[in-house]
Amino acid sequence: MTATQNPKVIAAGTSEGGQELRSRSELSAKELFREVGSVLRMSETDAAALAEMQAEAPEDQTMIINMGPQHPSTHGVLRLMLELQGETVLRCKPIIGYLHTGMEKTGESLTYMQGGTNVTRMDYLSPLNNELVFSMAVEKLLGIDQDIPERAVWMRMLLSELNRMSSHLLFLATNGMDLGAISMMLYGWREREEVLRFFQKVTGLRMNHNFIRPGGVAADLPAGWRDDVLEILENLPSRLEEYDILMTGQPIWRERLQGVGIITAREAIALGATGPILRSTGVPWDLRRDTPYLRYDEVDFDVVVGEHGDAYDRYAIRFNEIRESMKIVYQILDRMPSGDYRIQNKKVTPPPRARIDESMEALIHHFKIFTEGFKVPEGEVYVAIESPRGEIGCYIVSDGSPTPYRMHMRAPSFVNVQALPHMMRGGLVADAVAVISSIDPVLGEVDR
Amino acid sequence: MSESTAHETTVQELVHGCPSVESFGQKVVFVDRDKYVSVVKALVTDGFEVCVDLTGVDYLTHSGRTLPAGITAERFEVVVNLLSLEQRERLRLRVQVPESDPVLPSLFDFHPGTEAHERETFDMFGITFEGHPDMTRILMPEDWDGHPLRKDYSIGAIPVQFKGAHS
Repeated sequence: MTATQNPKVIAAGTSEGGQELRSRSELSAKELFREVGSVLRMSETDAAALAEMQAEAPEDQTMIINMGPQHPSTHGVLRLMLELQGETVLRCKPIIGYLHTGMEKTGESLTYMQGGTNVTRMDYLSPLNNELVFSMAVEKLLGIDQDIPERAVWMRMLLSELNRMSSHLLFLATNGMDLGAISMMLYGWREREEVLRFFQKVTGLRMNHNFIRPGGVAADLPAGWRDDVLEILENLPSRLEEYDILMTGQPIWRERLQGVGIITAREAIALGATGPILRSTGVPWDLRRDTPYLRYDEVDFDVVVGEHGDAYDRYAIRFNEIRESMKIVYQILDRMPSGDYRIQNKKVTPPPRARIDESMEALIHHFKIFTEGFKVPEGEVYVAIESPRGEIGCYIVSDGSPTPYRMHMRAPSFVNVQALPHMMRGGLVADAVAVISSIDPVLGEVDR
Repeated sequence: MSESTAHETTVQELVHGCPSVESFGQKVVFVDRDKYVSVVKALVTDGFEVCVDLTGVDYLTHSGRTLPAGITAERFEVVVNLLSLEQRERLRLRVQVPESDPVLPSLFDFHPGTEAHERETFDMFGITFEGHPDMTRILMPEDWDGHPLRKDYSIGAIPVQFKGAHS
């Protein structure tokens, strides 16, 4: 206990090197090989070619440059250290942590009721998916995951699919911007805004909703919601066709993306990459289909899979996933049941406002839930769902108190960013921007 | 850590010689530190080819947790989530790591995707992974003291002086 009470002692006992990319003269050959071949399952010829490429470039002919953290194409505060020989990227190391705000530590002092406000700010482009996975984990611990009312389940699906559309539309915008298609940037933001306007109508906020909560959702859908969704769904197809003409078939767009940032299925699996990156390599893995949650097993949709594992495939997958999400939303509109929007379990659901005026017990109950929170039985659970960026998982350890003992989010971007050095190696520095963009990282989630 | 307070659960089956229990319908395997690497390696051949997540937990203030017989509760735990794409199955490993010697072998050689996770666990809990190519802090600044997600690391506060308040 003596050592742990003084953090300095522990810090001194551990060997903490610098986080930056070290120059090759400081590294032993073995270390360098491990760093360069961060995916170690290479064939022997690949490894030999790699060693040659490294030997060909003496250190006085290469240059280490910093890209970011204040670079518009790094989607926030990602910093890349690149070792270049001329225009070719020899090594790359992503340096993260510039947006670290200790959200997992904060999560330990917020009740399960308040936890949603914390996790929703992690992946700020798909806040509803973060809330959903957190709520599902808490519900599993409470043992009420099978008792969530149907309307709440379908509302959750509606919102998370619309969120997937808004996130992918923003990807189209930023991907276009990174490659110089500025019109696409404006169109993408415009379309996303229409979805966010719907979110504002339903949840009160454009982003960081805290709408999906343990036990259901915060409120029922507002009057006229169906027309609003239909308006989005009816406007979008013609616009998507327009983007197809603007970008998909355009020779410059293809030249910039095809064959750039290639990753194979074996490498993606080894690196733990999920979502569109894994699917671009031809692995049909989508948690919505493969380990269904909510009612995804009752709706009909296709898992979009690529073939080449390049930036173009990742673009095309996201583009077509918007269409698949629209397909799902149409089915949700047809099947949206009526009924409660949150579980009628007195433990997790506060009493309705009207009851507070007439009943002292209801007032106390309401006060208790919001000040103290509800107690969650002891245990630990990991729940994973498919966010627009890949598998988002929530690991919660409960010690029986109203706050999580440990709350960990498995952030898809955090893992996917590891694929960057591998995708960039041997490519041109001009393609680096296209590769970062194709990973679609959200730094709020990388750093948490 | 007082081991006597730990509850015991019924072991359902053995996975590569390690006790496994069911936690909310999810399979959890308790692995000894010595067997950690060999079990993960054996699980790769069983089809658990993706290491989805690796993280730590500090059980300093929650010592009475439920563990199967034969597993000694230690202060730290490393939790590894494995996934089999073919069988569509998940498996969670929990490894006890003592406070006096917070070291675990790295999984980098067969799960290169744990590179960032192990660095994060080192950064947040001070658990060192032997054989990791780049055991440095990842989220906190290099010169930071302490490991923030440990339970004895205070969250800190800035004193705020209110006008007219008593001291």
